[in-house]
Amino acid sequence: MSNKEWPLWEVFIRSKQGLNHKHVGSLRAADATLALENARDVYTRRSEGISIWVVESNYIHASDPSDADSFFEPSDTKVYRHPTFYEVPDGVKHM
Amino acid sequence: MKTMDLQELEKRFQEKIDKEIKIEPNDWMPDEYRKTLIRQISQHAHSEIVGMLPEGNWITRAPNLRRKAVLLAKVQDEAGHGLYLYSSVETLGADREATIDDLHSGKAKYSSIFNYPAVTWADIGTIGWLVDGAAIMNQVALCRCSYGPYARGMVKICKEESFHQRQGYESLVTLCNGTPEQKAMAQDAMNRFWWPALMMFGPSDDESPNSAQSMKWKIKRFSNDELRQSFVDATVPQAEILGLTIPDPNLKWNEATGHYDFSPINWDEFWQVVNGNGPCNKERIEARKKAKENGMWVREAATAYAAKRSMKKTA
Amino acid sequence: MKNEALYNYVLHMGDDSLVLGQRLGEWCGHGPILEEDIAMTNISLDLIGQAMSLLDYAAEIERQGKDHDALAYLRFENQYRNVLLVEQPNGDFADTMMRQFLFDAFRKPLYEKLTASSDAQIAAIAEKSLKETRYHLKHTSEWIIRLGDGTDESHDRAQKALDNLWRYTNELFYETEEAKSLVMAGIVPPMSEIKILWKQTVEAVFTEATLVIPTNNWQFEGGRRGVHSEHLGYLLAELQYMQRAYPNMKW
Ligand SMILES: [Fe+2]
Ligand SMILES: [Fe+2]
Ligand SMILES: [Fe+2]
Repeated sequence: MSNKEWPLWEVFIRSKQGLNHKHVGSLRAADATLALENARDVYTRRSEGISIWVVESNYIHASDPSDADSFFEPSDTKVYRHPTFYEVPDGVKHM
Repeated sequence: MKTMDLQELEKRFQEKIDKEIKIEPNDWMPDEYRKTLIRQISQHAHSEIVGMLPEGNWITRAPNLRRKAVLLAKVQDEAGHGLYLYSSVETLGADREATIDDLHSGKAKYSSIFNYPAVTWADIGTIGWLVDGAAIMNQVALCRCSYGPYARGMVKICKEESFHQRQGYESLVTLCNGTPEQKAMAQDAMNRFWWPALMMFGPSDDESPNSAQSMKWKIKRFSNDELRQSFVDATVPQAEILGLTIPDPNLKWNEATGHYDFSPINWDEFWQVVNGNGPCNKERIEARKKAKENGMWVREAATAYAAKRSMKKTA
Repeated sequence: MKNEALYNYVLHMGDDSLVLGQRLGEWCGHGPILEEDIAMTNISLDLIGQAMSLLDYAAEIERQGKDHDALAYLRFENQYRNVLLVEQPNGDFADTMMRQFLFDAFRKPLYEKLTASSDAQIAAIAEKSLKETRYHLKHTSEWIIRLGDGTDESHDRAQKALDNLWRYTNELFYETEEAKSLVMAGIVPPMSEIKILWKQTVEAVFTEATLVIPTNNWQFEGGRRGVHSEHLGYLLAELQYMQRAYPNMKW
């Protein structure tokens, strides 16, 4: 590993109880803890998940379930990230 | 590898494309296909990141807390888009930091629109409406791109983008229904951003030599001019609802074609801006370089800490 | 006004969130690493959300028909009640993380106690904000440890940031005379309790980070009384620009 580049982590997210963790993308982080925190910020900004795994080569690290409420609930109240939060006058099309 | 094999591989590759089967990272692909994608996706990623700057510069000045939060969330999304795209570029064997270095050295390009300044609050609404609107027009088409990771990234990005355009339009509705100063501010922004927004679709089809191959490989589904026309057709009625005038005396509905006619684009300006002579090219690249330089010691710190900790574990 | 002490207390919390959220917003697009750009923006968004709730509640107590924007945008400098710590400039990534960590380590136990407030609205705001703040504290603690125990350069930068910011920490626990009445009424906790919890957190993290708490214990205060550093004026000039240049308009 080069001194300057962080390793690449694959991110898996379980969107709902009862569903599988699903691969959503990747990111770079120096270690598993930061990879999980960055994955939370990058891939669950719209309450897309309740659990995260990050994988570097052969290792799998899962997010701490006891953190679930401070991990995911804060984005519940950020309704402005959804288009339906905005009023557009009648007759406006293609938006 | 024998020539016969290569021809056979290329034939099979094209058959997959024709049958709408997605190409995945480990599948065989022609070198040129890989190169084209690396160039296009990294350019797209750079555009997301550089695109944070003109709007980011208004976060501290947003006129109320709701708009401040909306703008923060919007610009933050662009950082996320940049990340998704860098991660799809990495599936092609390119290295994120190396592609970023190409941006900083001027070797790699990004969307020319972000070299224009955002000087008033109305520019923020206008960027959301026109610039994100034009980007969405492009990106929706890319959701069906033949390269799997890029197409999937685009689906996620498009879902997030729709709030970007709506928040911009909503902000302009407020200005256009506000005081005369506010309305004038909106019109002024429209005057400055209309033409650069149309330029976002790139050179006309007859000036765009790589387009045919990209269409054949289904990296692209529509030509630059087709997308530009769709954008004009969708946007003109939206401007009418706002009561804003589009700065083009020749803009008019053409009954025969079922599209709006508009004036020719100033391609001279386009190429000047692409090649470094836009009003903000230098500031944009300087800001990104500075961010990377200021981040080096942070990167190194986290790497050093991770190494120390794994040594402790194995000790 | 129904309860001036309560108004001032909620206002000072709202101002802390507002000013720190504004500061973090300056990083957007300039973060040292793309992933951290997103993380800092998230914290900024949480703080601005908290500021909106707190300032709305302050306006409600004040009963002058104001809302969070009137309070956030239309006061004079000496009417802002935030602590000096949160108005300090971003500096480098170590300065920003240190400022945030020192603040989060204070805010988390404060919100914990406030969830049990006899004032239902404060308890509700605290409940929601606590979840956000726990995450902020976790994130900033991780970074303080990595910067402190990373390379020589990062250690020096983190230590310098601590040396600079330490003198603003005592003010976090400033308790006005009138706030004591709120303590008596079970609306807010005594700051002495918060300080004990804060100290435990910062000492544990600094030990792990190999950082040393400065021995110079000269402390600044003033923010809670409206006496600020030179930095706040510039921050407000940007924050208030639109509202001052175009008064009485909707945006
Ligand atoms: Fe975009
Ligand atoms: Fe985007
Ligand atoms: Fe966007």
